[in-house]
Amino acid sequence: MTATAIPDTFDPVAFIAMATRSGHNRTIGSRYHAHGKYPDGKGWCELALDYNTDLVSDPETGILASGPILTVMDMVTSISIWLTTGVFQPQATLDLRIDYLRPATPGNTVIGRGECYHITRSVAFVRGIAHDGDPAKPIAHVAGTYFFTAS
Amino acid sequence: MAHTLSPYARTMGFETSRDADGHLLMTMPYSIAMRGRPGFVHGGALAGLLETVAYATLADALGHDDKAKVKPINVTVSFMRGATEQTTFARATIERLGRRVANVEAIAWQDDPEKPVAVAQMNVMLSR
Repeated sequence: MTATAIPDTFDPVAFIAMATRSGHNRTIGSRYHAHGKYPDGKGWCELALDYNTDLVSDPETGILASGPILTVMDMVTSISIWLTTGVFQPQATLDLRIDYLRPATPGNTVIGRGECYHITRSVAFVRGIAHDGDPAKPIAHVAGTYFFTAS
Repeated sequence: MAHTLSPYARTMGFETSRDADGHLLMTMPYSIAMRGRPGFVHGGALAGLLETVAYATLADALGHDDKAKVKPINVTVSFMRGATEQTTFARATIERLGRRVANVEAIAWQDDPEKPVAVAQMNVMLSR
């Protein structure tokens, strides 16, 4: 299956607007940042997570809890798959691993970027990084797999 | 309660209690604030619950006198089944409590602890 042969009917901007209007994505306040495709047709997507004192893990340090970052990384990696295939299809997260390289600087907006680097009939393999201003200095790396529930 | 909930945990409405064995139990009552795809709890909310119960269980094991700062190194979350619009429960087991690193496993379930909705394996740094 080549991603370029499939018409692009999946609209990430509209999808994110819908998905952040209510529910958990709204609770954490994530919003669309950017998306695109690499020359080989693999998709990538970025969400922004603005600093919010309601989401910190420790009031003394003001460091953002890891849960909201994981929520963002789950969404950007999910969307990168639909960007790769060009269509929305139901999928379930099998697993998601996150390495916390360093804490996000309090006050900074966190950007999560996810990409789909391999896809089979049943499984999509994703990876991503989160940073708080400088993509060269990530705060977290993720790797995960998704299963296409309808296939 | 030996553990003060973080602002994030309060935002999410997590509640702590003890099971019959005195083991820490964390509860996430369902609300729209947790919802991911329609009808289901967001995987990120489940991961947040698993991490929070892991930290609370560690704080419990370390006790009041231990001033070690707990920092996540990494977390691997496996999602076993969709969590529906109802209360989710979670508890954690400390596999090893070292001086500098702790290995913790946390599980989340709804109807039956034997049928988890998600499981997390965590490596946690203890900074003293």
